[in-house]
Amino acid sequence: MGFFTDTTVCIGCKACEVACKEWNDVPDTIGLLTGESYDNTSALGADNWRHVAFVEQRKPVKVQEAGLEGLEPSAEGEDGFRWLMSSDVCKHCTEAPCLDVCPTGAIFRTEFGTVVVQEDVCNGCGYCIPACPFGVLDRRQGDGRVWKCTLCYDRLKGHMEPACAQACPTDSIQFGPLDELREKANGRLEMVHEAGVTDARLYGADEEGYGMGAFFLLLDDPEVYGLPPDPEVVTRKTKSLWGAAAAAAGALALGVAAAFAGGSR
Amino acid sequence: MTAGRPERAVSQEDGHRSYYGRPVLKQPVWTWEIPWYFFAGGTAGASAPLALAASLAGNRRLERTARLAALAGAAASPALLISDLGRPERFYNMLRVFKPTSPMNLGTWILSGFGTATGLAAASDLLGVFPRLGRAAGAAAALLGPPLATYTAVLVSDTSVPVWHEARRELPLLFAASSAASAGAVGTIFNPPEAARPARRLLVGGAALELAISEAMKRRLGDLAEPYEKEEAGRYEQLSMGLTAAGAALAALGGRSRLAAALGGALVLGGAAAKRWAVFKAGFQSARDPKYTVDHQRERLQRRPPEERRTETFARGGRGR
Repeated sequence: MGFFTDTTVCIGCKACEVACKEWNDVPDTIGLLTGESYDNTSALGADNWRHVAFVEQRKPVKVQEAGLEGLEPSAEGEDGFRWLMSSDVCKHCTEAPCLDVCPTGAIFRTEFGTVVVQEDVCNGCGYCIPACPFGVLDRRQGDGRVWKCTLCYDRLKGHMEPACAQACPTDSIQFGPLDELREKANGRLEMVHEAGVTDARLYGADEEGYGMGAFFLLLDDPEVYGLPPDPEVVTRKTKSLWGAAAAAAGALALGVAAAFAGGSR
Repeated sequence: MTAGRPERAVSQEDGHRSYYGRPVLKQPVWTWEIPWYFFAGGTAGASAPLALAASLAGNRRLERTARLAALAGAAASPALLISDLGRPERFYNMLRVFKPTSPMNLGTWILSGFGTATGLAAASDLLGVFPRLGRAAGAAAALLGPPLATYTAVLVSDTSVPVWHEARRELPLLFAASSAASAGAVGTIFNPPEAARPARRLLVGGAALELAISEAMKRRLGDLAEPYEKEEAGRYEQLSMGLTAAGAALAALGGRSRLAAALGGALVLGGAAAKRWAVFKAGFQSARDPKYTVDHQRERLQRRPPEERRTETFARGGRGR
């Protein structure tokens, strides 16, 4: 099970952020106004499991109206303004670096195929934090443990959809089995494309690529939304890393032996 | 730049595409204990085989020094690691599972085995009891020491942090060389010149290799080597290269003078510690600035044939880059 977030219909209402905090009892860490458009959440982290990004761009577009026709590029040279919104979330990777590197087994894969941190096992070592290519996980201040989206594991067990998806008023956040969502997403991509929005692309929907359990329909390059353009499952190389370490260990042992060649005194 | 690539977001003025200049990755939450652990564990890990080799060569004085260095490092390491945890009281959760996919889990097992073996070997040596057990424990420590010195390189390179992951081939060798240099330095500082001779060779050889591999690593990193020239990492890297080069030269040329050799050893120890701090801080700097993540990945994508660029899917006839 996973998410398909269609950013073309996101209206930046942040209902997903609020619903998530309410249901999961995530601390509110309301800071100051950032001055970064309407975004005062800034990033995913231990206390933000949904984050709505707001991107303001100078781009030749018609005046934005409801519906897709407002997004079509207008005549050449006409200056305009485009406002993109996108609700980001943990990707629940099908091959998850955070899960692989967790030394306690606190991070596990659920029966729904999602990735969850067991808070009663996590010892706060922080290894999963730099392992994640999306910067999703973080340690909670004053708590010492790592927290992230659980894809509402408890609600799923009760046959309910995640809080954010249920709260989303435009169905920008859709929840369901991944293969169904991918089919839906590809259909939607074609539709948007035919309406003349040729910048649209799916991010993370290709099973052969980086396997994301939460993927997106974006209107610009991933880095514009703060997403990595070419994420990598770094932990696929763990075996070869150990090979390099074993070779270096062997070299160290040989070096010590060599230091005694030519007399010990 | 292809047709259809939009302008940067209004908020961006630095020429690199990002979301308000915010990092894509999270910086690690590790604090000062970790680079010191890399240094302590490395020094201990290289000291254990040095103790074994010295005992086989009949060099009692060097054997004892190296054994004590291994013991000191093995004692400090768990304390440093546990103190860095968000929930120190739950450290033992790492020992409730054996999980080879996690370098930290495997490293905890290596450290536990090394600590036990080193403790037994040192106790037998110092108290003069159970000599056979002491010898077996010393051999076990010598076997586990080198992996203890190099696994920490796997630990950092098995992450999404650009300067760590992209240096995955050089880091283990860099840590091995640096550990050899510091184990040799301890043996050199605490022994008279004739007993210290093998330790001095280890110091000079390790230090020379440390300098060479550092340069090779930065060359391979290319644009990603920039963190090693800037801010904190830049200062630690400069300090490390200077101290290591000066200390090795002093120990090599003034080996017959105990004072010169000891001073050289102290400089090399400082250089090895600074090297761990340089690597540590460079990782933070490369995670903090989105340009290292985004630009590096964009270049990687450009080098890949279009059919292998599968993160993004465009509609038929859509505008891929």
